[in-house]
Amino acid sequence: MKQHALLEKAAPEVVLAPAVRPTPALAALGDRAFRWLTALAALLVPAVILAIGLDLFLTSYPALAKFGPGFLLSQEWNPVTQEFGAASSIYGTVMSTLIAMALALPLSLAIALFLVELAPPRVSQVVGTMIELLAAIPSIIYGMWGLFVFAPLMATYVQPFLKKYLGFLPLFSGPPLGIGMLTAGVILAIMILPFMSAVARDVFALVPNVVKESAYGLGATTWEVTYKVTIPYGLVGLLGAMFLGLGRALGETMAVTFVIGNAHRISFSLFAPGNTIASTLANEFSEATEPLYVSSLVALGLVLYLVTFLVQVVSQWLLRRMYRSWSVGL
Amino acid sequence: MVKILACLCATLLTVSSVAAQVTINGAGASFPYPLYSQWAHKYNQVTGTKINYQSIGSGGGIAQIKAKTVDFGGTDEPLTPEDLDNSGLIQFPTVMGGVVPIINVEGIKTRELKLDGITLAHIFLGLVNKWDDPAIKKLNPDLKLPSQAITVAHRTDGSGTTFIFTSYLAAVSPEWKNKVGAGKAVKWPAENSIGGKGNEGVAGQVKAVKGAIGYVEYAYALQNKIPYAQLMNRAGKYVAPSIETFQAAAANADWTKAPKGFSLSLIDQPGDNSWPIVGATYILMHKEQPDAAKGKEILKFFDWAFKQGSQMAKDLHYVPMPEKVVKMVEDSWKEVKSGGKPLWP
Repeated sequence: MKQHALLEKAAPEVVLAPAVRPTPALAALGDRAFRWLTALAALLVPAVILAIGLDLFLTSYPALAKFGPGFLLSQEWNPVTQEFGAASSIYGTVMSTLIAMALALPLSLAIALFLVELAPPRVSQVVGTMIELLAAIPSIIYGMWGLFVFAPLMATYVQPFLKKYLGFLPLFSGPPLGIGMLTAGVILAIMILPFMSAVARDVFALVPNVVKESAYGLGATTWEVTYKVTIPYGLVGLLGAMFLGLGRALGETMAVTFVIGNAHRISFSLFAPGNTIASTLANEFSEATEPLYVSSLVALGLVLYLVTFLVQVVSQWLLRRMYRSWSVGL
Repeated sequence: MVKILACLCATLLTVSSVAAQVTINGAGASFPYPLYSQWAHKYNQVTGTKINYQSIGSGGGIAQIKAKTVDFGGTDEPLTPEDLDNSGLIQFPTVMGGVVPIINVEGIKTRELKLDGITLAHIFLGLVNKWDDPAIKKLNPDLKLPSQAITVAHRTDGSGTTFIFTSYLAAVSPEWKNKVGAGKAVKWPAENSIGGKGNEGVAGQVKAVKGAIGYVEYAYALQNKIPYAQLMNRAGKYVAPSIETFQAAAANADWTKAPKGFSLSLIDQPGDNSWPIVGATYILMHKEQPDAAKGKEILKFFDWAFKQGSQMAKDLHYVPMPEKVVKMVEDSWKEVKSGGKPLWP
C-alpha cells in the first residue's frame, strides 16, 4: 500500500505514463482482481487434493461397506470368490519402505558427510554429480535392471550368504528366489539414495564454518565435530531429507512391481515374494472388471492416499517441533 | 487409465478419419493381438479400410464393448449366453491357440521335461515343491533333476491365458477345482509363487528365477527361447506343443454342440496327438449396429480374415477355425442388424 502511494506521487513526473495510467478506483479493482486470481490458483491445489480423496472414497465405498474394517486386516485376495483384504499390500508397502530406509539413511549420511567434510573438492564435485545422475534414471530402468541383473545376483550370492550366517532368524529363511521383499527394498534404497544424500549434503554445507572451526579450535577431532556439531546443527534438515525419501519409497510403483514377486501373502521371511499397494494397483487395475474388484482396488488407493497424507502431516509436525527446540538450527 | 487413454485414442481416430476411409476400432485380448494387427495391416492394403485393435486384455475388451466405446471387443474368456443376451452382444471365435508350461531348471532343455496334468496342478497348488520330488522323478526317470525349490510364476493381471490354464488345471485336478477354481485372475495357493504382468512379464520372471515354472502363450515361449515341457494328454501320450498338436485338439471340438456364443471348451481333448491346453479367442459385437456401413465393414473384415487370413494365422502359431465352423459363425451374423435390417450377407 505504501508503495502504491509512492507511485501515485511519482506518477505526474513521468512523461509517458499519464495517458494510459488507470484511475485510482480502476487500479484498486485491478488489484483486487489480481488477488482473487492468485487466490484461485492457490486454492486449486487443495481443491484437487480434496476431489481426489472424495472420489477415492466414493468409488471404494462398495468395498468398504462390504468388508468393513476387516478390509485392512484380511490378507485374503481372491478374485474368483470376490474376497478382498488389504493386509498383505499394506504390510508389503511398510516393509519394503522400512528396508529401503534402513539401508539408505546411514548410507546417504555417510555420502553427504564425505562429500562435504572429507573429500577433496574435485572428487566431491564428480561424485556429487554422479549421485545426482542416479536420480535421473527412470524407475522402469531400475525395475528391468533389478529383475534381469540384480535379482539373479541376490539369488546366487547375497541371499545364500545371509541364509548361511543369519538363517536362524525367520527374516532370512526360505529358498533364495532373488525376487522378493528384500530385493525390492534394496532397489528402493538405491532409488531414494540420491534424493536423500543430495538434501543431506546441502544441509551439511549450510552449517556455518565459524561454528565448525570453533569446535576444531577447541581441539575436537573430525569425528567429534561431525558427531557433535554438524549433525545436531543440521538435524531438522536431515529429518526433511528422510521424509523426502520415505514419501518416494511409499509410492514407488514400477521398479517394485518388477522385483517384489507380486504375491498376495504376508511372509516374515524377507526372501519371500510380496506386494505393495502401488504394485497391486499397477498389476490389476486395468484388467479388473467386476465392480467389487475395482472398488477394492480403489480402496487400496485410498489407504495409500491416507498413509502418504499421514506421513506428510507427521513430518510437518515433527519438523516444526524440532525447529522450535533446536532454534540454533537451520 | 489405460481405458481412458484407449477411449481417447479411439475418439480421436474416429473424429480424424470421418472424411477419409472407414475406421473401425476394436480392443481386448492380448493373445490374438499379433495376428489381428497383421490381418488389419493386410486388410488395409487390400481394401483401404483401417482397423485399429488395442491390446488391452480380455477384461478391458469386455468392459469397453459393453460401454460402447469400441466397435468390437476381443476376449479369451467367452461370455455366457445369458450375459450376451443381457448386453445385446453376439460372440464368435476367430482362432485357437495353445498355452504351454515354461521352465527354468538347470540342465534341462526344451521338451525334455515330461509332466502330466495332475502333477502340474500339484506343482501350482504348492504340494509338489521340489524339482526332485518323487512325483516328477517318476515321470522323468532319465532326467537328472536338481534338489531345487520350485517357484510358480503366474499372471498378476486378469488374463485370458490364465483362464485357459486354470480351466485345464480345474479339469484335471478336483483339488484345484475346489480350492482355486478357474478364472481370469485367481488366488494362487503355492507358497513360492511370484507374479508378472502380461505374457512377457511371466516369461521374464521365469527367466530370472532359477527353479521357476510358469505358463505363457506358445508364441511367447518361442520368441523368448524359454524351455517348455511336454504334457501327457487325455489319451495318456506325451505331446509337445506345436501347431499340429493344437490342431489335433481343435479337430475334436464339436462346435455343433456349442451353446450360443460358441463358448466351447477345448481343454483336455481326446486323441493321441492332442495338446491338452488349447483355447479359442473370441470377438464381441453389438447386435444392433448404430452405423450400418461400419457394422457391415466389421463383418466383411472377419469374413476376409477367415477366408484369406489362415496362412497368416498358421505362421504365427495360431490354429485357424475349420471351414465348417466358419460357416456356422457367419450364419450367426444374421443377428447383427442396423435399424431392423440384417447386415449379413
